Parts: sequence; C-alpha cells; structure tokens
Amino acid sequence: MPEPLIILENVARTFMVKGQTIKAVDDVNLTIPAGEMLCLVGESGCGKTTTGKMIAGILPTSSGRILYRGQDITTISGPDRKAYRLGVQMVHQDPYASLNPTQTIYNILSAPLQHHRFTRGEADTKRRVRELLEIVDLTPPDDFLEKYPHQLSGGQRQRVSVARALTVRPAFIVADEAVSMVDVSIRISLLNMFTRLKQEMGVGVLLITHDLALAKYFAWEGRIGVMYLGRLVEIGPARNVVEHAQHPYTQVLLSAIPEADPEATRAKQRIELRSTDMPSLLRLPSGCAFHPRCPAFIGEVCERIVPPLEKANWGSDVACHLVHAHES
Amino acid sequence: MAEPILSVRDLSIVYQARRGQVQAVRNISFDIERGESVALIGESGSGKTTVGLGLVRLLPATASIVGGSIVYRRYTNGSSSASRETKVLELKGDSLRQFRWRECAMVFQSALNALNPVLRVSEHFADTAKAHGYLSGYRQTTALRERSLRLLSMVRLDPERVWHSFPHELSGGMRQRVLIALALLLEPQLLILDEPTTALDILTQRNIMEVLKELRRKLGFSMLFISHDLALAAELADRVATVYAGEIIEIGDVRTIFRHPYHPYTIGLIKAVPTLTSDKSSLVSIPGSPPDLIQLPTGCKFHPRCPLADERSQREEPKLIEVEPGHQVACWHWTHAREALKSFQAES
Amino acid sequence: MHIPVDFIDSFWRESVKTFKILSRNKMGLFGFIMVILIILISFLGPLLWPPETSANVAEINKGISADHWLGTDFQGQDNLRKIINGGKDIVTIALLTGVLSMLIAVVVGSFSAFIGGRVDGILMDLVNIWLTIPKFPLLAVLATVLSLKDVITLSVLMALLDWPALARQVRSQVLSLKSREYIEAATMLDLGTPRIIFRELLPNMMSFIAISTIFEMTHAIYQQTGLVFLGIVPYSSANWGVMISAAERRGVLFNPQAAWSILAPMAAIVLFQLALVSFARSLDEIFNPRLRTGV
Repeated sequence: MPEPLIILENVARTFMVKGQTIKAVDDVNLTIPAGEMLCLVGESGCGKTTTGKMIAGILPTSSGRILYRGQDITTISGPDRKAYRLGVQMVHQDPYASLNPTQTIYNILSAPLQHHRFTRGEADTKRRVRELLEIVDLTPPDDFLEKYPHQLSGGQRQRVSVARALTVRPAFIVADEAVSMVDVSIRISLLNMFTRLKQEMGVGVLLITHDLALAKYFAWEGRIGVMYLGRLVEIGPARNVVEHAQHPYTQVLLSAIPEADPEATRAKQRIELRSTDMPSLLRLPSGCAFHPRCPAFIGEVCERIVPPLEKANWGSDVACHLVHAHES
Repeated sequence: MAEPILSVRDLSIVYQARRGQVQAVRNISFDIERGESVALIGESGSGKTTVGLGLVRLLPATASIVGGSIVYRRYTNGSSSASRETKVLELKGDSLRQFRWRECAMVFQSALNALNPVLRVSEHFADTAKAHGYLSGYRQTTALRERSLRLLSMVRLDPERVWHSFPHELSGGMRQRVLIALALLLEPQLLILDEPTTALDILTQRNIMEVLKELRRKLGFSMLFISHDLALAAELADRVATVYAGEIIEIGDVRTIFRHPYHPYTIGLIKAVPTLTSDKSSLVSIPGSPPDLIQLPTGCKFHPRCPLADERSQREEPKLIEVEPGHQVACWHWTHAREALKSFQAES
Repeated sequence: MHIPVDFIDSFWRESVKTFKILSRNKMGLFGFIMVILIILISFLGPLLWPPETSANVAEINKGISADHWLGTDFQGQDNLRKIINGGKDIVTIALLTGVLSMLIAVVVGSFSAFIGGRVDGILMDLVNIWLTIPKFPLLAVLATVLSLKDVITLSVLMALLDWPALARQVRSQVLSLKSREYIEAATMLDLGTPRIIFRELLPNMMSFIAISTIFEMTHAIYQQTGLVFLGIVPYSSANWGVMISAAERRGVLFNPQAAWSILAPMAAIVLFQLALVSFARSLDEIFNPRLRTGV
C-alpha cells in the first residue's frame, strides 16, 4: 500500500485571546492518501480552516506532527522541503482578494513558472500558461492572457487561482470555501474541475466548506470529515456520512439543512437540540464538547470523558460514547 | 376578493456607472398578497437587491427609478378591503418616512454593519420608535419597552441578556434576529429581507428560518425575501419569482416552480444546486456568466447561455405570459424546455 | 545577447499607453505639463536669461511695468529674471530629496514589514531613535562642519533625515497588504521575499508611494526655505527661498511697491507644489488598473 501523502498526528493549535487559551484545533488525527478528495465540514469556529492552513504550512502546529510523504514538515529540509512547499497549494475563498489586481493573468501565471524554472524562455512559458488555462476551462486562453483580474467574473477568478496553484505541479490543493462566494449555478462546474484534476493529474483536494450538500457531491468518491469545536467527530466515505450519519451532531446538521424541494423540506423532521446555548471556544464544555446540546446525551460519561475517534459502522470513524456503547 | 398589499408594475431602475448606464431593473411587475411570502431568486448581477431597495426607496444617489409604479394598500386588522392606497414612488419627506418602517420594513444583509456599534440594543429600539413617531412620549416608554422585549423573545433571544448589549457582543445570528425584531417593531404589513441567511452557520440559519415561520404565523405580515438560495425559497416561500438580468423570467407557486419549471434558467438553476438526496449525475452547471447590465445582449437576455436559443431568441425579447393559472413565464420555448433540457446533460 | 528591440518596443508602447491614461484626467495632465514646464524653465531658463550681475539703483523696488513684468527687487534687479534663475535649486532639492528619501524608506520599510519578527523590531527601534533627533539643530551643527551651500549635499542630508518617518508609513501599508490573500498565495508558491516585495507588494502601493514622494518633495521645499530663513543655510544663489528671505529682511512688508519681490517667489513655490499635487491625481489612475476607464 503506497505511503499516505499527508498524515496528521495529534495535531492541535492554540491561540491566546485576551489572556485566555483557545484550542482552535484539538487532537486531530488524519491520514490523507495521495489523490484523495476530502471534505472538512463544520460550522464557524470548528477549526476546519485552521486545520487546512496547518496542512498547507501557513500556520504552524502548537503540538502534534504533520508528515508529508513520511517526513515531519517542521524538520524537513533541502529539496524535500521545497517539494513540500510546492507540493501543497491553497485556493482561497474570496475571488476578489486572491489575485493581484495590478498584474495581468499572464503575469500571475508566468511568475511561478519562470521563478522555479518550470519553463524556459518566453515561448515555452506562454505555451504552458495556455495549457493551464485550458485545464481550468478558461477558453480560448488567448482571451485571458492580457486581462486584469477585475475584468473577470468571480468564477473565472477562482479558475485562475486554481491554475496558479497548478503551475508548481502540486500533489495536494487545500480549497478553503473556494466556491462559497461564487454564483450557485457555476459551483458545480468548479467542483467538476477539481474532480478532473484528480482524475487526470492525480491531484488530491481538501475542500473546506459549511455546505454539506456540496460536500457530498464534491467528495462523492472520497471522504467527509465533520468537525465540532476543534475536534473531528465523524469521518468516513462521503455518501455514508450523509446517508447514514452516526454522530448526533452530524445528524442534527443534516436535519437542519433546507432542501431545494418544497415538499421534502417542509416535511423534514428537525432534530431539536438539548439547549439553545451558543457553543464557544472560550467556554469549552468538559468531556464531549457537544454534550450540552446533544439530543442523544447519555449521562455522566459524556460530561467527563472525551470520546475517542474510533471505527464504527459504514466504514466511518465516529467520536461518540453512544455509538460505541451500542457496538460493545 | 382582496387586493394585493403591494402591486409593482413595470418598475425600471438604472444606475449611473463610469462605463455607462446599468439597467439594473427592467419592467418588473409582481404582486404580494396579504399574508403571503414571495421569494425573489437570482444570482449576482440579477438586479434583485435593487428591487428591494427600490421598494423602500433606499436606492443610492447614483440610482434612479425611471419608470413604473408601486402601489401599497394598507388593510386594518379584520377588514377585507383596503383602508388606504399609497403610490409609493410619489411619497416624500414625512410620509415617506412613515411608509418606511411603519408599513414596509427592510432587514439588510450584512447584520454587522446594519447596527450602530456604539448604541445598545435598547437604544436601537428607542431610536427607531422615536424616528417614526411610534409609541413616543413620556407615558409610552414602558409600552415601547414591553413590546420590544416581547419581540426579542419572539425571535428566540433572551430579552434580558440582549437588551443592554452592544452589537459586537452578539453573534452574527443574534444580530440578524435583533434586526428582524427591530423591523417588526412598528407592526409593518410587509417585511423585506435581503439575503437573510447568507453567511450564517447551518444551525443558525435553521433558527432564523423557524423564527420567520413562527413570526408570520403569529403576526400575519407579508414577506418578500431576496436571495440566491433556492432551498430557502423552498422552505419559506408561497410563491417564487426567478430574476435574471433585471427582469422576472418566471413566477409561480413554490411547488409548481420546483416541480414543473418552464424557463431554461429556472430549470438550470434547480439542476445546478446539489441537495442532500440528489444524485451526482443529475447536476449540471449553467455555462457562461450573467450578462453585463450595461451592454445587454439583444432579444432574450438568457439566450447566450441557453441551449435552446434560436434566431427568435436572439431577435425578440419574450414577455411574461400566463401559461397556467398563477404561473407566468417569459420564454419562447417554454412548452418543450423541460423535455429538451433533459437531453442536454453535457457535463461541464 | 540579442538586441533588446522587444524591450524598447514594449517600453514605448507602455509609455504611450501611460500618456493616454494621463491625458484622460484633466487635472493630472495640467499638473504634468506644469511640472515639465517648470523643470525646463528652471534648468534651461538660466542659459537664456542669465542672472543680472550688478545692481540697478534707478530701478529699486518698482512695481509691475512693461519692462519688468514682475517688478524689481531691493537691488533694482528684474524679479522675473530672478524667478527664472531661482528655480533650479528648489527643483533639484525637491526631486533629489523626495526620490532619495522615498527610495530608502521603501526598501527599509517594506523589508522590515514583510520579514517581520526580530528584524522588524530592530529596524523600527533604529527608526524611532532616528526620529527623536531634532532636525533643525542638527543641521545647524552640521552647517558649521559641512558646506551646506552645495544643493546636492543639502538634499542628501535632508533625505537622510526624512526617510525614517516615511519608512514607518511604508511599513504600515505593507503590513496591511501582507495579509492579503494573493500575497499569501505568492508565499505558498515560494516566490522568494525580494520578488514578492517588488512584484506583488510594491505595485499595489505605487499610488501611495508616488503621492508620498510628492508630498515629501513639497516638504523638502519648505524645509529648505525654512533653513534659509533661519540662516542655517547660507545664501549661495538667489533661489526662491532666498528671495523670500531676502525680501523680508529688506523690509518689503512695509513697501507696497515692492510687494512682488516677495509675492513672485511665493507664487512660484506654490505653483510648483500645485503642479506636483495635481500630477499626483493622475498617478492613482496610472497605477491602479481598476480605475482606468474603458481600458
């Protein structure tokens, strides 16, 4: 079995806010094989973006290790280090802020190609830039070379961002809410583009999103990981997580999402939470972080012991005492 | 037969931009009945937000209403005929201020920026009431406070906790709910919401949706909400209108729109949005981008992106026609659109 | 190595394009033309109309007339001629101090902000210490040791004293841009610090840099005028600053006839400043592609 591309071991990230320590990410273990389509979902403050940034190398971990092709990224050096830095790229959420407004599309894409000597000479660079634009469906490429970012639509800008990431031939792309600020009618085509990248170039993608329906579609062949208050609470094959959710939080989320079908959505049973208290990283509940609101709360064990992420049914890992109580 | 509380006819609004004139809203007509909830669904550049701003006359200085009429009818509780008809576009000064908030209130999108950061929630309520001459005066302060607190609990907020807070002490979802309570303070007949659940978490969105449903049940106001979120419309609306390039291209009952849409854009939109139960193969993007509102294409504005476009679509712009009772469509190919598009499953 | 015909060609095309954008903004074009005119007059003028060498007692403190378009001064010399000759120093100081101080400020400020950490801390401490030095007394002291008569020396000195304040401004700008997503992307693409600063960051700050340079130029003019007034810089040649100072000392304020001796140089300085600032208006359009109408 080929070595996994990225491994997170007990990764945690803490911040100091007004003298208090906040655990934005706590004890996350994740193994990402090469070419995987993975989705991290959760609400704001759950740590999904922080995790993505740590994987991309933008944020250091506070504890735990991240391994890239078996090497710890904090001690990696030399050509392997460069391989890591170029190997994991990021596509941002805001199409209006992710491209340099003073540069033409050609400049944006040629800069990394020339800097890292992926191409030699003007002609070679132009050829490669055209290729990349075609890969991301910006055709005909010559129409875009001399344009500035503000002359493109949001969706087109996101494609340029992806093309830029592809210039350095990454093995993995972290897409942080990359389709959230784009028109709904073209989100699917962007996600299909990512799927094609995986199929044709073997590039794995981590999509961070709060939209579970989108996640299911995007990670059709891959996995969905659900995060809550800094911890991974469920992770498994995408369709199973959506159709056979096991963690109570996942179930609550799924029941809360409105559907684009009037009959279905109005007939849907909403799972009520135990309490309407807002969850906050500043006042992290003891034991299982979800216990104050969990409709499946079983008692003291939920209050005192943090449930470990362990194998459950449907090929998913779940962190819930109830789920594992049923199993034993 | 009761008349609609709001009748919009041929409303047209343009913006003056550096490059030219932006035709944001072109001949939009629709009605809102008493107690009804209507959704305006559109994407970026559709002009939907401009319609909302136009209805409450809060357009920026660069915009001007160049045509059409908006008639508002006030019904007093229990009566079946309108007590008062107002031509909204002719209102000025005091009467305009009365109309805004007392008859028709708007809840804006960016909850963060809509509240004054240096005023407490209680002061917001007091200010709003005062500005519109509602429950003002020394003796009315208790009545105002009681009503405000009641509204806050109706939006599922803890009144005591929120009353003395500053906006930055509340979360995004809480602020949105304060805005909704504030909008309902003066008992308007019509509530307009612009992207009420965008940028909010799933569970917070759910909360807001349930709150809106409850409020409508208890207070009986009409609602117009503007959004790109089809699921929101499916959940909350009685009728749905799809907006494209500044005009309504399809309008009808919510179930009909989702079950039997006629316009290729509506069909495309529904097929482009993934749902929890949908299958991967059924999802298709709409190719291309929305048109430039300064230089609109000829004929049907959707034709550059429509697989069914023909010579007529390029030449003539279709008008809204009633194809079934209560269902209108503006398309030359509405009779066979659904069938034809099934075969256009081209993966993009 | 092949002849860079390509380069010259693209340079020419860029210049033409820039000029087209420049001419679209009337204020900017006016400023640009004025600046060029003033520079030409200040440097070429003295060759055509060299300064008068002797006094003309008969013509002292006369007002405007057909012979003397701007009147005469306390020595009977023609004011207009003095204006033509008086610009060279001012323009030199403005351009030299402005550009030099900005150059140093940009390099120090942007690297400091981008690299951050200890380097930033040390550099900013240096800057803060520098800023506490009182400029005028220092210049007064230096005047005894160095020859401040020389315009170049004075310009360089002023640039060395002015750059810290500018560096701090540059640093704040860079700090705010640093967190932009396209900068983060450039870092992830491992494009290297110098490249990121010069290709990604600075182009987005060009209008800020250009406008700050222009304000620094106007500041330098006033500093020099002030120094002359205080007598720290000796009279070398009759530049506009010196003209104001001299006129004031010769009691022009009490003689309405001689008003132009002080008004003319003042007007010249103000006109130059105005031209620079008007030109700055165009710079924003040139450097920010989004503001260009219909490009």
